Amino acid sequence: MSTVKYDAHGNPYAMHYDSPEHEYQTGKQGVWLFLATEVLMFGGLFVAYAIFHHIYPEVFKIGAKFTDWRFGSANTIVLLSSSLTMALGIYYIQMKNNARAFWMLAITVICGFIFMAIKYVEYSHKLHLGLYPGAWYHGNLEEVAHHVGLSPEEIPANLALYFSFYFMMTGLHGIHVMLGMGLIIWTMIRLKRGDFSPDHYTAVEGVGLFWHLVDLVWIYLFPLLYLVS
Amino acid sequence: MANNHHGDKTGHGTHSGGAAGTMPATGQGNGGHGSHHIVPFETYIKVFATLIFLTFITVAASRIDFGAFNAIVAFGIATVKALFVALIFMHLKYDDRMNRIIIVSAFFFLLVLWFFSILDEMTRVVQHSTL
Amino acid sequence: MAKNTPDTHAHDHGHGHGAGHNYLNHEKGLWSWLTSLDHKRIGIMYFITVMLFFLVGGLAALTIRTELFSANRLVDGQTTGAVVTASQYTRLMTYHGAIMVFLVIIPGIPAFLGNFFLPLQIGAKDVAFPRLNLLSWYCLLGGAGLAVASMFYGGADTGWTFYTPYSISLSKAVVLLVSGAFVGGFSSILTGLNFVATVHKLRAPGMTMNRIPLFVWALYSTAILQVLATPVLAITLLLIAMENVFQIGFFDPALGGDPVLFQHFFWFYSHPAVYIMILPAFGVISELIAAFSRKTIFGYTAIAYSSIAIAAVSFFVWGHHMFVSGQSEIAGVVFSAITMLVGVPTAIKVFNWVATLHKASINLASPMLYAMGFMFLFTIGGVTGIFLATTALDTHFHDTYFVVAHFHYVMVGGTLMAIMGGIYYWFPKMFGKMVNEVMAQASFFFIFVGFNVTFFPQFVLGAKGMPRRYYDYLPVFEPLNRMSTIGSYMIGTGFVIALIAVIHALLSKQEPVGDNPWGAKTLEWTTTSPPPHDNFEKTPIVTAGPYEYR
Repeated sequence: MSTVKYDAHGNPYAMHYDSPEHEYQTGKQGVWLFLATEVLMFGGLFVAYAIFHHIYPEVFKIGAKFTDWRFGSANTIVLLSSSLTMALGIYYIQMKNNARAFWMLAITVICGFIFMAIKYVEYSHKLHLGLYPGAWYHGNLEEVAHHVGLSPEEIPANLALYFSFYFMMTGLHGIHVMLGMGLIIWTMIRLKRGDFSPDHYTAVEGVGLFWHLVDLVWIYLFPLLYLVS
Repeated sequence: MANNHHGDKTGHGTHSGGAAGTMPATGQGNGGHGSHHIVPFETYIKVFATLIFLTFITVAASRIDFGAFNAIVAFGIATVKALFVALIFMHLKYDDRMNRIIIVSAFFFLLVLWFFSILDEMTRVVQHSTL
Repeated sequence: MAKNTPDTHAHDHGHGHGAGHNYLNHEKGLWSWLTSLDHKRIGIMYFITVMLFFLVGGLAALTIRTELFSANRLVDGQTTGAVVTASQYTRLMTYHGAIMVFLVIIPGIPAFLGNFFLPLQIGAKDVAFPRLNLLSWYCLLGGAGLAVASMFYGGADTGWTFYTPYSISLSKAVVLLVSGAFVGGFSSILTGLNFVATVHKLRAPGMTMNRIPLFVWALYSTAILQVLATPVLAITLLLIAMENVFQIGFFDPALGGDPVLFQHFFWFYSHPAVYIMILPAFGVISELIAAFSRKTIFGYTAIAYSSIAIAAVSFFVWGHHMFVSGQSEIAGVVFSAITMLVGVPTAIKVFNWVATLHKASINLASPMLYAMGFMFLFTIGGVTGIFLATTALDTHFHDTYFVVAHFHYVMVGGTLMAIMGGIYYWFPKMFGKMVNEVMAQASFFFIFVGFNVTFFPQFVLGAKGMPRRYYDYLPVFEPLNRMSTIGSYMIGTGFVIALIAVIHALLSKQEPVGDNPWGAKTLEWTTTSPPPHDNFEKTPIVTAGPYEYR
């Protein structure tokens, strides 16, 4: 049932809806339902974090010392900026300024790249020290302890658990960042093609909501992974 | 959940352009074409500035020891930031009430998962082998 | 509701235009099916795939029962009575469970009957997101493909619940099977998301929430569960896969993890999943009871809201699967108490159905037989659930055949009976033909009697202490096991008869059955049989409730 109809203003909508507005509202609700599933999926990791933080507070306290708050803060600012430009992208579509909207979306994607680049630097640093997740952890105890200015006795035996959380949480988040970048590029192509107008931009709205959710997850990840004490 | 449907309004409006049934409880952000609520440019910039400011507060707060409240402070600030993103950037403030219910119920059931799991972990009796 | 559509009479005899153009002949060729965005065709595709998976899962079940026909004995140094080895048995049991749960019962009613009839019952042209609907079918196939792939890596033998720490012992088969369930989970999420949006946004004019049929209410409650619970399964299965690949240590006690935490996460999904399996069945039964009692259903509002109540309460009770897992006693007591609450909305439904039957002109056609069978079996399943929710009793019954009998009474006696009743009921609408009533009733007889012969003895076996999941048992349990195995062959016979009946009906040349052979009142019966591509000639205007019989 993908037959397309057009309303009086020439806006397209699928034939099982009444109007483009009807399609827009339904589509947006679909995206919100999807975001609810995302919240619960990421949420599982957050609950596991809460429980293990309760059992092994020192693992997370020491583990966080291996992260650099400056990288974390920089990435937070990068993602918040990308959220702003994403919102402004939609704003400019609503204002019929497609050229600016395009640039706003482009900046959003660039922010995504910067975010991933910073993550790459952080990941390689950790892997270089042998700070792998779980049983793959092979950091040299002396070296690891020295790195954070502690004596080897102060390093908890299951420090690897912190890195399991670090890589699971940031990894799953990073996959979402990359997915989001791909989706934004898709909307940029469609924008260039002239698919969107102030009355018809459901796809950008949906992708925007997804991108903001990715930002929202990071807002919580930042204090949990970089600033725990 | 039926209460969220206002009386007799249903999908498929015969009411052209009125998008009956999709009408948000706030009465904003719908109507005919091109009347989606448009958040002013300045609001976006103000919210962004607030978010950056709160990021610095987060970092600063992590340097201060609030004892048992460390986690609550960090989480509280993060939640304020998240609310700004959700309400303004994601337009939830101007949106359909149902969309708000959907996302809030996700957080609610997450809380349920957290509550009962941690209840078990905190009340478990550890028995060491007598051997 | 017939009175709402002015042209009903035109269809009753002349079969309208339906004899010509309908969703089945709208486009031709296999490709037009595989790329179809029509909810009715996608429903039929789900029907076919679910039937195939059911065949596989059913054969596994019959093999299991065949193995359990006799206790194994050592005679002259040779083991007798064994059909399969112990390791084959645990794999059969795992795949029987995983296939039946993830590929048959969960998609069974929502994605097949729900897909086909939810838009028709609310007067919509399609579901809200037809492309996602098609994608969900491919997700199910992808999940099934991964499950098959896992068989080539030795097969998983963890049971469908993937309990840690056994499931994280670096097994490729477990990773693949878990990935299969993960991908299949997306199928479920997409269906749920689609149904919630469809019910919210695509109802016909006048179709208020207080006028949607009870099947729609049930699917709506189910969809909420699918959206809110399945993502937690996704992350849990992802963690299991990560445990196997990277040994991340969340659930591995050797690395400081907590295996019981896995059970919390798993059952946070899987307990609501039990209601994902049974709520749609409640919906089907409500339709059948109303249609074949020829009477306005008793307590529409109570039945509708009890579906939502069951969905809500189901999120608070998962710990009753974990009474003997090492979970804390306080958590156990809290979970036990809340679990008892589930009995209330469930009983409300049963009482209302029974009240509907009171002084009704009951038509005991095959769908109604299944509905009656459902009420009998489900009540037994539900009441034994209360036994198991009691911590003291569960300590004895846990991991015995009592539990096996309990959930089969609910899942098979409940959901499968409802699917069968639903198929016979809606068959004339889906295909414009009737199933032979004699064959339909024969299949009911074999399934119903066979079911009780199979599973009732298992209550006794469980109470006597026979543990589940083993390929052998003490000789003292042999007579009841033999009875159980014979019963399982009867169930198998019943399903074979049902399959023959369906194929026979599809191939038969019949006079057109008319648009509403059962005289039912919900909207789907006002359109032609089979329905046209666009469902309705004109969007129906609804002015009354769904069950205006008398």
